[in-house]
Amino acid sequence: MEKALFIVFAVVAVAAALNILFQRNPLYSALSLVGTLMALSAIYITLRAQFIAAIQIIVYAGAIMVLFVFVIMLLNAPKEGPHIDKQKGLRYLAIPFAGLLLAEAFYVIRSVDLAEMPATDSSSRAVGTTWSVGTSLFTDYLLPFEVTSVLILMAVVGAMVLARREGD
Amino acid sequence: MEPSGTVNYLPILIVFVVASTLAAIIILIPQLLARSRPTTTKLMPYECGVEPVGTARERQSVKFYLVAMVFLLFDIEAVFLLPWAVVFPQVLKDPAYSSLKYVFYGEMMVFMAVLLVGLVYVLRKGILEWNR
Amino acid sequence: MTTDILLEWIIKIAVVIGILLTAVAYLVLIERRILGFIQLRVGPNRVGPFGLLQPAADGLKFMFKEDIIPLTANKFLYVLAPTLILVPALMTFIVIPYGDSITIFGRTIPLHVTRFDVGLLYLLALASIGVYGLALAGWSSNNKYSLIGGLRASAQMISYELALGLSIVGVLIQAGSLDLVKIVEAQGGWYGLKWHVFYFQPLGYLVFFIAALAETNRIPFDLPEAEAELVAGYHVEYSSMKFAMFFMAEYANMITSASLGTTLFWGGWMGPGVERWPALSLVYFIVKVAIFLFIFIWIRSTMPRFRYDQLMRFGWKVLLPLALLNIVITATLVLITS
Repeated sequence: MEKALFIVFAVVAVAAALNILFQRNPLYSALSLVGTLMALSAIYITLRAQFIAAIQIIVYAGAIMVLFVFVIMLLNAPKEGPHIDKQKGLRYLAIPFAGLLLAEAFYVIRSVDLAEMPATDSSSRAVGTTWSVGTSLFTDYLLPFEVTSVLILMAVVGAMVLARREGD
Repeated sequence: MEPSGTVNYLPILIVFVVASTLAAIIILIPQLLARSRPTTTKLMPYECGVEPVGTARERQSVKFYLVAMVFLLFDIEAVFLLPWAVVFPQVLKDPAYSSLKYVFYGEMMVFMAVLLVGLVYVLRKGILEWNR
Repeated sequence: MTTDILLEWIIKIAVVIGILLTAVAYLVLIERRILGFIQLRVGPNRVGPFGLLQPAADGLKFMFKEDIIPLTANKFLYVLAPTLILVPALMTFIVIPYGDSITIFGRTIPLHVTRFDVGLLYLLALASIGVYGLALAGWSSNNKYSLIGGLRASAQMISYELALGLSIVGVLIQAGSLDLVKIVEAQGGWYGLKWHVFYFQPLGYLVFFIAALAETNRIPFDLPEAEAELVAGYHVEYSSMKFAMFFMAEYANMITSASLGTTLFWGGWMGPGVERWPALSLVYFIVKVAIFLFIFIWIRSTMPRFRYDQLMRFGWKVLLPLALLNIVITATLVLITS
C-alpha cells in the first residue's frame, strides 16, 4: 500500500520535473515546479515527516514559487524560441560531468545502511514531526537558528537595496 | 474505531479527486449546454467599451515583487514560530526540560526582536507606500 | 486499513461536500436577503416561497450562459485558474471538527472527516495555494486591468495571510498542539470561560477576524474584485460557470474562515450539555458559524471599502505588529503562569 502510493507520487514528481525542462513558456515551468513540490510533500507524509510536508507547501510552494510567478508576470518573460548556441564545446564537457554526478549518486545510494533508517518510527516524537523539529531547533541547533534570523534580516535589507533605484 | 497515524492522510487524496472531478464537471457543463456564437467584439479584451489600447504584456510595478519578497521572509519567520509555539507549553510542563524554560522563551524573543528590526526597516523605507 | 473505514471516509466526504455546496448556494441568497433588509428593501423573494429556489435559478442561468474565452487568452491557464481557487477552498473542510463523537447503530462516529496532527498547517498550506488562482486568472485573461487586478489581489492576499498565520500562533502556545480536535478539547470546561477568545486571546481573535475578512476579499477589503473598481479586476473576462466558480470559492472561503475562527477561538462545538447529548455539539457549531457569517454580511452592508494603499498599509503597519505583540504577550503570560 505504501509502496503503491510512493510509486504514484514519485512518477508524478519525475514527470513534473521533466516538464519543467521541456516547456517553452516560463510560467508553465514554474507551475510544473509547484506540482513537483506537492508530489514531494506527499512522499514526505508517507515517510511520517508530516511537519516537513506541510512546511514544504507553506514555504516552498506557497511563498517562494509565488515570488517566482510574480516575477515572471511582472517581467513579461517571453517564450523561449530557438537560439544560436555560441559555445559548442561545453556540450562535450557536460556529458562526462553528468555521468560523474550519476555515478556519485549511485555510490551514495548503494552505501546507505537500511537497518539504521528511522523512517518507520511512528511515535509522535520521531524525526520530522513537530515535536522533534521544535526541540532540536532550540537545543541542538540553537546557533544556526539565531544566525538564520540575522540571515533573514540581511535578505530583507538586500532586497530593499537592490529593488530601489537612486532617487526613488 | 478511529485510525491513527499516516493512514489518516488518505482522505486528502480522496477529497482532492472528488473536488477536481466536481470542478471539471462544472467547467464542462456549459460547453455542452450553452450556445456559442462568437463575434469579434465578444472575443476582444474588455476595456469599458472602448477599443483596447496597447498590449497587456507590459512591465508592471516593482512594488509587487517587493511585497512578495518581504512576505517570503516573514513567512519563514512564521514557520520558525510554529514549532516553537507547539513545543513551548509541552516543554513548560515536562520535568525533563525544566532548566530550559527561560532559555526557550528568551531564544524566540531574540529571534523576533531581530526580525522586528527588519520589519521596522521595511516600513520606514516606504517600500509599502503605494501612492508614491 | 479496512474497507469500512474507507467507506466511512467516502460517505463523510460526500456528505460534507454536498452540504457545503448547498450552504454556499444558500449563503448567497441569505446574504442578498439580509442586505436587502438592512437597506430597507426586500431581497429576492419571487422565485419559490421566500425566494428559496433562487440559487437553483442562478445555477441554471450560469449553466446556460455563453462561455466566452477571449481570443488572445492563454487557454490552458484561463481554465486552470478557477479550479486552482475552487479545489483548495473545498479541500479545507475535511479537518474541521463539527462535533463530538456520536453513536449510531452501536458505532462511534467522530464528527470530523479525518484527524491528523498537523491539521492547522494543512489549512495554512491550502490558503497559500489559493494565491495562484488569483494571479493566474489575472495573467491569463490577457487584459491589462485583469492583470493589475490579479496582482493586487494576490499581493493583498499574501500580506494578510501573514497576519492570519501569526494570529493563530497565540492559540498554539496555549493549546500546545496543531491538531484541531485537540484544540477544541482544550477549550472545554469552566462554563465557556476557557474558550480562547476569553482565555488570553481577544487580541488574537480580532487580528484573525480582520485578516480573514481580507483573505476572503470581503468588504472592506474587496477592492480587487469590486465591480466599480478596475472593471471588476481579475475576473472581468470570465463568463458563465467559471465566473460562478470564483464566487463559489469566495463563499466557501467565508464558511471556512468562520468555521476556523469558531474552532480556534470560540470553543468549536463546546457548549452546555454536550456531555449528555453529543448530537447537541453539531447544533452549537452550526449556530456559532452562522453568527459569524451574519457578522461578515453585516460588515459588508455597513462599511465602505478601503483604497488599495490604505489596505496594504493597514496590513503591514498595524495588523502584523499587532499579531507579533499578541504572540509576545501570550508567551509571557504562559511562562508566568506555569
